[in-house]
Amino acid sequence: MRFISVIAIKEIRTYFASPMAYVVSAAFLAITGFFFVASVSDAFAEASIRGYLAGAIFFMIFMSPALTMRLIAEEQKLGTLELLLTSPLREFEIVFGKFIAAFAMTLIMIILSLYFVLVLFVYGDPDIGPLLSGLLGLTMYAGATLAVGLFASSLSSNQIVGLVVGSGILTALTIIDFVSARLSGMASEVLNAFQLGASFSVFDLDSFGVAEGGHFADFARGIVSVTDIAYYISITAVFLLLTVLVLEARRWR
Amino acid sequence: MIKIEHMSKNYGPYPAVIDVSFEVLKGEIVGFLGPNGAGKTTTMRVVTGFTPPTEGEVTVGGYDVVSHSLEVRRHIGYLPETVPLYLDMTVNDYLTYMGEIRGMNASWVQERLPKVIDMVKLGEYQNTLVGRLSKGYRQRTGIAQAILHEPDVLIMDEPTIGIDPIQVVETRELISNLGEEHTMLLSSHILPEVSAICKRVLVINDGRIVADDKPDDLSEKLQHAERIEISVRGAQAPEFINSMREISSVIDARSDLRTSVVQRSEREDFSPFIVDAKPNAQASEQIAKSIIENGWGLTNLTPLPMTLEEIFLELTTEENLDE
Repeated sequence: MRFISVIAIKEIRTYFASPMAYVVSAAFLAITGFFFVASVSDAFAEASIRGYLAGAIFFMIFMSPALTMRLIAEEQKLGTLELLLTSPLREFEIVFGKFIAAFAMTLIMIILSLYFVLVLFVYGDPDIGPLLSGLLGLTMYAGATLAVGLFASSLSSNQIVGLVVGSGILTALTIIDFVSARLSGMASEVLNAFQLGASFSVFDLDSFGVAEGGHFADFARGIVSVTDIAYYISITAVFLLLTVLVLEARRWR
Repeated sequence: MIKIEHMSKNYGPYPAVIDVSFEVLKGEIVGFLGPNGAGKTTTMRVVTGFTPPTEGEVTVGGYDVVSHSLEVRRHIGYLPETVPLYLDMTVNDYLTYMGEIRGMNASWVQERLPKVIDMVKLGEYQNTLVGRLSKGYRQRTGIAQAILHEPDVLIMDEPTIGIDPIQVVETRELISNLGEEHTMLLSSHILPEVSAICKRVLVINDGRIVADDKPDDLSEKLQHAERIEISVRGAQAPEFINSMREISSVIDARSDLRTSVVQRSEREDFSPFIVDAKPNAQASEQIAKSIIENGWGLTNLTPLPMTLEEIFLELTTEENLDE
């Protein structure tokens, strides 16, 4: 546990020492802000954070791999991975520490964006249920996307490869319904079970996508289902485990 | 402290190290010598637990590097060939972090850090970003992280590579001093360095250990011939070489190819030659006598000690001939 926190604290400090944290936070706030405004500025608009959520889960497809791309790729490039792996650390401690750092950064951004909620309470009368479930869903969704990004970062010493592979996997999981809609029976259902978040109907300003398909839909509606929670936790766990395996495999080369 | 028994390491189908066995005793400084790609780094990576051996057994302080990897890593300080540094951290932050991931607690780091900084003379750069340091100071920072947690065993891969000559001297002194407290395995392809620091040399080539000895004994054992540099006035090269070859104790004679063509033509009268003679046969006397009998002027006759470079070349070319 001590090693995990040592690594997490170091990585969080590195985030704030580089422009990365500030640039990504600014972009996150701008994009979620745009979607939030678009969803509540009509007359008789619903006082909900659904537009904000749509923007957030859409942007995280790129933001999460951007936050994690440095974490392992750079250690390989600088040769510091050799130091980490010859220190009395276990691979999972390295991976968890880095994941926690990226997760903490994302939580900070989500907390910064909560003034949207304040705006809703000042000018309207939002339903508290969907608001809390939406934020819970967003947090779990963030964890899953960061785990995918961290895995992508472990694959090479090139950060850009990490970013492209990470966003690629997340995009594929997001637009899975493009494929499943053209299939029928079991194949379609199995594929649908892997749908990550909203499809690209996020650009549909009437429904904001999140209500349509994927494991995020129920969270946005105010329903917390065990299936959805299990799905996000599984994605997180599987990709963190894969990252640990990639690091362990490095020893056996 | 370090015991390697019949260790082999393959990268895919390519063998990097083949059936290597040796032992480094407690307190010993052992130089690990070989050309690039000979298997030095691979052997060190196996000892540090970074990569497991394909075959054989490697133990450090009695712990197996595969089954008790964490124990081994706790006892080792390692400086890899490319000094691994976080460029966006200050020297102090970097060293503190390295100490922590080696399992040192905060008070131990606080007590130990100033001593180590002092030892590697990094005092004025404590709060400088590592990325702004010159190559030599980065190397010191690398050495500092390797010794910070007071490891029993120090493994250093090419510790003086790529730094300027003055800093090389300082770094060597530092390493020699460290050798008083640590068991050390140090690799290099610069031979005088190894003979200056180490009391024992292992020569590795093409993945195999080809020699294991004290630096001095190594040159003595391998000296098949006494090498003599001779300059004479008034002799033509073929004439001189033929007369030398007539002497019973001379193995071979040739023009000194180390002197360039320009130099040779300028110094025609003193054309230098190299003569290889059988050792302990009073060759010098016979050569001098022959030169004088021929009526040439003897201006220089110097026995040349074999340098480690030559020994090294000899060892590694012999190996090639065997194959």
